[in-house]
Amino acid sequence: MADKKDIDEISGVETTGHEWDGLKELNNPLPRWWLWVLYATIIWAVGYWILMPSWPLINDHTRGLLGHSDRAVVVERIEALEALRRERGGRLIEASLDEVVETPALLEFAMASGRGAFGDNCAGCHGAGGAGAPGYPNLNDDNWLWGGTLEDIQESILYGIRSDHPQTRLGDMPAFGRDGILDIEEMRAVAAYVRGLSGLEVAEGADLDLGATVYADYCAACHGPAGEGSRDLGAPDLSNNIWLYGADVETIVTSVREGRASVMPAWEGRLDPVTTKALAVYVHSLGGGE
Amino acid sequence: MTDKPADKLLGNDEAGVFALLFWTAVACLLIVAKTQDPAMEIHAWFGLVASVAGAFALIVHASERRGTPPDEIGGKPNYHMGPVKLATALGAFWGVVGFAAGLFIALQMTFPALNLDLPWTTFGRLRPVHTSAVIFAFGGNVLIATSFYVVQRTCRARLAGGMWPWLVVWGYNAFIVIAASGYVLGVTQSKEYAEPEWYADLWLTIVWVIYLLVFLGTLWKRKEPHIYVANWFFLAFIVTIAMLHVVNNLAIPVSLTSSKSYIVWAGVQDAMTQWWYGHNAVGFFLTAGFLGIMYYFIPKRAERPVYSYRLSIIHFWSLIFLYIWAGPHHLHYTSVPQWAQTLGMTFSIMLWMPSWGGMINGIMTLSGAWDRLRTDPVLRMMVVSVAFYGMATFEGPLMSIRAVNSLSHYTDWTIGHVHSGALGWVGFISFGAIYCLVPWLWEKKRLYSLRAVEWHFWIATIGIVLYITAMWVAGIMQGLMWRAYTELGFLEYSFVESIDAMFPYYLIRALGGALFVIGSLIMVWNLWMTARHGEPAEEAAPRTLAAQPAE
Repeated sequence: MADKKDIDEISGVETTGHEWDGLKELNNPLPRWWLWVLYATIIWAVGYWILMPSWPLINDHTRGLLGHSDRAVVVERIEALEALRRERGGRLIEASLDEVVETPALLEFAMASGRGAFGDNCAGCHGAGGAGAPGYPNLNDDNWLWGGTLEDIQESILYGIRSDHPQTRLGDMPAFGRDGILDIEEMRAVAAYVRGLSGLEVAEGADLDLGATVYADYCAACHGPAGEGSRDLGAPDLSNNIWLYGADVETIVTSVREGRASVMPAWEGRLDPVTTKALAVYVHSLGGGE
Repeated sequence: MTDKPADKLLGNDEAGVFALLFWTAVACLLIVAKTQDPAMEIHAWFGLVASVAGAFALIVHASERRGTPPDEIGGKPNYHMGPVKLATALGAFWGVVGFAAGLFIALQMTFPALNLDLPWTTFGRLRPVHTSAVIFAFGGNVLIATSFYVVQRTCRARLAGGMWPWLVVWGYNAFIVIAASGYVLGVTQSKEYAEPEWYADLWLTIVWVIYLLVFLGTLWKRKEPHIYVANWFFLAFIVTIAMLHVVNNLAIPVSLTSSKSYIVWAGVQDAMTQWWYGHNAVGFFLTAGFLGIMYYFIPKRAERPVYSYRLSIIHFWSLIFLYIWAGPHHLHYTSVPQWAQTLGMTFSIMLWMPSWGGMINGIMTLSGAWDRLRTDPVLRMMVVSVAFYGMATFEGPLMSIRAVNSLSHYTDWTIGHVHSGALGWVGFISFGAIYCLVPWLWEKKRLYSLRAVEWHFWIATIGIVLYITAMWVAGIMQGLMWRAYTELGFLEYSFVESIDAMFPYYLIRALGGALFVIGSLIMVWNLWMTARHGEPAEEAAPRTLAAQPAE
């Protein structure tokens, strides 16, 4: 069949003379532009190999005429970045927190650094704007568990809360129900009483006298006789109607029954000292700094 | 192979399939008895039930049939279309499942509450369900169906191996079920597109080698002097996937009753092996295999000869020679040595024209039949698919350039690129092939509704356009946000801000995905109606070699 010419009628082009299930193939040449572009990419590739690190050898690889190295470029760029940061904010290392806040250039630098660091390290729990979430304190208001001065905030960041850092802030809300200290009636009563401290509505029939007794016996030591809380112990203020976990009776009973021990990690060693300092300044500026 | 001596219940092929199923059942039984791993137990039960059911069906079939099916009837090949029908139907089914899973995870990206706070429904577990369902379940079944169809028709020979092709289709789909259910249960070896654990990989290896032997056996029996171009591509796909799959999945199980294993490769070598595999899964599964489909179904549907035999040879060999080197472009600016990155990039650039060779041959095959694009939505779907192929294979080399990659890598641009290839090229060429195959296989005169194909075409095309443009914008925006520095030397945006900025684009992407799903549902309805209620073809016998009247 191959020696007899088979011409496709429509295009006038010869076929290869074979047929499979009714299919034929035309004998068109390779499109010129296609071939030239293929050659061009090959020539370009060979040129690139000559100039850049490319082919592996036994113990090494071809280095390329340009002597380009990714590693060298990265080192160079990091150095340049560090030089820029030193130049603009180098004094942040020695400056006290108050000095940083009072010096506009340093403050600008700290805010720029803190903003980025907050987004990548803190926002996951505290929210992109620092508004918090149940169990994760709001950083925009002036209600601080452990204090809202620059130094307080820096300490919380550096050492964390109930973290594994030796200098961590520690406070312990016991599990009164799980550990058999209070029974469910007492817990319900004290939950109602605690709601009352914030001026919230108390369910009818709640035993406020029992609640007051339980509160005085078990809660007041840390949370204060009037529920004002204690920053030394990280015990929340129970009278300001700001609730870390929720204001409903069930949530409060859960807190009393199981205790609460949420953790803020320590950032010392994970972030450099300049960044933690900048973070303290940034968080302080969010709205509630003291 | 299908000889059945009078005194034996099973032919040689059937006895072989039976033995494989028997030993699989024994292995599964041992694992069921011994394992303490709940996921392994579920999978072993599945394997046990499936292999016993398979063996039972085999025996019933063998005892009911009379004689063995001949290779030819009245001088015409007696094609073996049962496994092709099954794989075609399963391909359509898995397609809808995979697209719907994709839509769901796209919505999870937009509305994270849809993770439902359950381990089984988190994005991390459902994402491989989506990717495996579309690539391996949908794409794989379509490839098995079309390769078994095309190799028979273009060799004028009945599929080799008697019962073995049935094992290929059922066995492959059993692998899919094990893989997908494993992901949901948290069983994964954490290699992208190679997530299934060691036992699933072993089973797939067995199935795949049988697939290769069936294909080669059919080529061996061919009545045509030459091997048609589509078959070169199918063969390259089957052989290379076997090699990639085995090397990338070399792993040592913790124990024979544990679903957990450890890969033998470590560190940079593992990364290189993974992306040698990953990129060539694109190159040989999603490109070579589907080019095989293109080389049969486009000329067949257009009723025109393939544009250039020479181009097909040159682009075939250059494609398979160059593709295999391109993997390291997935690892630019990582700890993979720079020289390897250079080679990955330059080979990707050289790959541009070999890829386009397929596009030219596909599109130019229409010369003399362009008018058909207006009237035949099936052909239009396939030609648009080739156009998407051309676009994606231009974008790919572009993104492999290190400077471009430094912007595009890890962003949604990559997702957009993949989907212009996956939805546009792989999806549309598969739909086109399925639309051709169903009337042929179920011996119908034509599809139930060409209007429904029109609707499918336009809805899905708009969906793809929405998808990829949203991802271009999203990806480039992410890349720019991630590299933006303030003049003080700090990142301008935190990572969450870049995620926050994605919301509108993720919503548009999900909308595009929803359109694609709707299109596929229209297709499935149309296929069902064709198979059940289509007008029967006039000749009951399979299509003859002579040119067909226009359909």
